[in-house]
Amino acid sequence: MMKVLILGAGHAGGTAAALLRQYGHAGPITLVGEEPIPPYQRPPLSKAWLKGEADADSLALKPLEFYAEHGIDFRPGVRAVQLKRSDKVVLLSDGGALSYDILIIATGARAIALPIPGADLPGVMALRTAADAEQLKAAVGPGKTLAVVGGGYIGLEVAASGRALGAEVVVLEREERLLARVARNALSDFFRSYHEAHGVRFELGCSVVAFEGEGRVTGVRLASGQVIACDAVVVGVGAAPNDEIAADAGLETARGIVVDLDARTSDAAIFAIGDVAHRPMPIYERMFRMESVPNALEQAKQAAAAITGRPRPAGECPWQWSDQYDLKLQIAGYPFDADQIVLRGDPATAKFAVFHLKGDQLQAVEAINAPPEFMMGKQLILNRKPVDKTRLADPTISMKEVAA
Amino acid sequence: MAKITYIEHDGTEHVIDVKSGLSVMEGAVKNNIPGIDADCGGACACATCHVYVDEAWLDVAGWRSATEVAMLDFAEEVEENSRLSCQIKVTDALNGLVARMPQSQR
Repeated sequence: MMKVLILGAGHAGGTAAALLRQYGHAGPITLVGEEPIPPYQRPPLSKAWLKGEADADSLALKPLEFYAEHGIDFRPGVRAVQLKRSDKVVLLSDGGALSYDILIIATGARAIALPIPGADLPGVMALRTAADAEQLKAAVGPGKTLAVVGGGYIGLEVAASGRALGAEVVVLEREERLLARVARNALSDFFRSYHEAHGVRFELGCSVVAFEGEGRVTGVRLASGQVIACDAVVVGVGAAPNDEIAADAGLETARGIVVDLDARTSDAAIFAIGDVAHRPMPIYERMFRMESVPNALEQAKQAAAAITGRPRPAGECPWQWSDQYDLKLQIAGYPFDADQIVLRGDPATAKFAVFHLKGDQLQAVEAINAPPEFMMGKQLILNRKPVDKTRLADPTISMKEVAA
Repeated sequence: MAKITYIEHDGTEHVIDVKSGLSVMEGAVKNNIPGIDADCGGACACATCHVYVDEAWLDVAGWRSATEVAMLDFAEEVEENSRLSCQIKVTDALNGLVARMPQSQR
C-alpha cells in the first residue's frame, strides 16, 4: 500500500493528513512536525487567542487522539534534515530516517529576523508559533509597552490585541504608510486613524537599527538616534519559505517550491503545499507564493485529490481575513496589474470596500465590515466578468445588482 | 454535551457527541466529517460551514448575527433554515440537533 510521508505539521500538513483519510487513502500516513504539539490554527495567535478568547484545545485542528484513531503516525518534535530522492528517504533531526512512496512537503515559512544588533535579546520575538504567542502573551499587559516592528497585518493585529490587553503599543514602520506591501492608500490611512483612535502610536518612515538592553530588551534604536523604550518587541517584517530541503535535493524552486495545479513538484512522487509552495494561479495567469490558511487548505485538497485519484478541486479565488478591534477585514484576490481603484462606501463609517481593477476586470477587493462586497467581489474575481465601475462605486446599488 | 447528527449531501449520517461550548462547526471539523470545511476557523468570514438546521431546532439554535446574515446572503443554495455552523454554540439544549449539508459543500 502506498506510504505517504508529510513533512510539516502546520495547517497545510495537518489538513492533508485528515483529507487523505477522508478521501479514502488506506495506506500508512506519517506526519512529521518540528513543534511539540499537533497541528493547530495560527491565525488566532495574534487575535482571539492572544486576547484570551480561545484556548489551546480550540486552536487544535483535531484532538491529539484523532491521529492515532485514524492511523496517522504523528511525530512531533522532529524535523527533516535531508531528502534523498533516489532512495525515496527523508533523514530526520533525531537521527532517524523515513521512507515514502509519496512525499508531501508542507514545511511552511519562517519569520524573517532583522539582521541588527540585539535581535537575539530576550523579549525580541516573532509571532509564528504557539510558543511565540505564549511568550508574547506573558510580556504584554497593563503598564507594559510593546514595540511592533512592521506595520503589516500581523503587526496591526498584534497592536490591536496588545491594546485590548491594556499595553501601550508603538508600531515602527519603514515605509511612510501602513500595509505598504499589501494595501493601497485608502486602506492604509483608514487603519492608521482607527488604530490611533484606539491609542496606538505610529513611527512611520523610520529605520530600526538596534534592539537595546542588558539581558532583556528595553528599547528600540532608530536611525535618527531616537530610542523607543519598551518591555517587549514583536518583529513582523515578512516570512521566507522553508524550501531548502527541496532545493538541496534538486527540486525546482523559485521563492518557494515550484508546483503544478495538482500541487505536484518537478518530482512526480513529491507534492508541496501551503506557504512553502510557489504555485500557479490561473485567474491571474501567473505563479506566486501565498501565505494564508485558505491557500494551505486549497493545496492540501489538490494534493489529497491527486494522490487518491479524485478530480482536481474547482479553481478558487484566493482570499484572507484579519480581525482588529471590531473590524472584520476580508480580502479577496491580489491587485496584480490593477490600474484603477474604486472606493465603495465611506471609510468614516468603518464600513467600506476598496476594489482593484485591471481595465473592467476585478482583480482584488479589500472589504471592511462589508461581507456582501467581499462575497460578491470574490465571485467576480473568479468568473472574470466585466464590472461597471460607476455602479460599483454607488453603495445604493446592491452588490447583487452590480454583479448581475 | 449534545448528540448532533451531521448529514452529508449524499445522505451519509454521522452522529457525534459534541462538548458544550464548542460550535456545531468545531464538532464536525474535529471529527473529520466531510462537507464542513470552515476555512476561516470560525471567524464568520468564509461561509464554508453552511448547514441546514432542521426546523424544530431553529429557535433553540439561536438567531443569526448581522454578519452571518450578510455572509449567508451570498452563499450558495441558501434556504430559510440555513445557518453558518461556526455561529451555533453547542449547549445541552441542542441534544438531538440535526444539521444537513448543502450540495455545494462536498
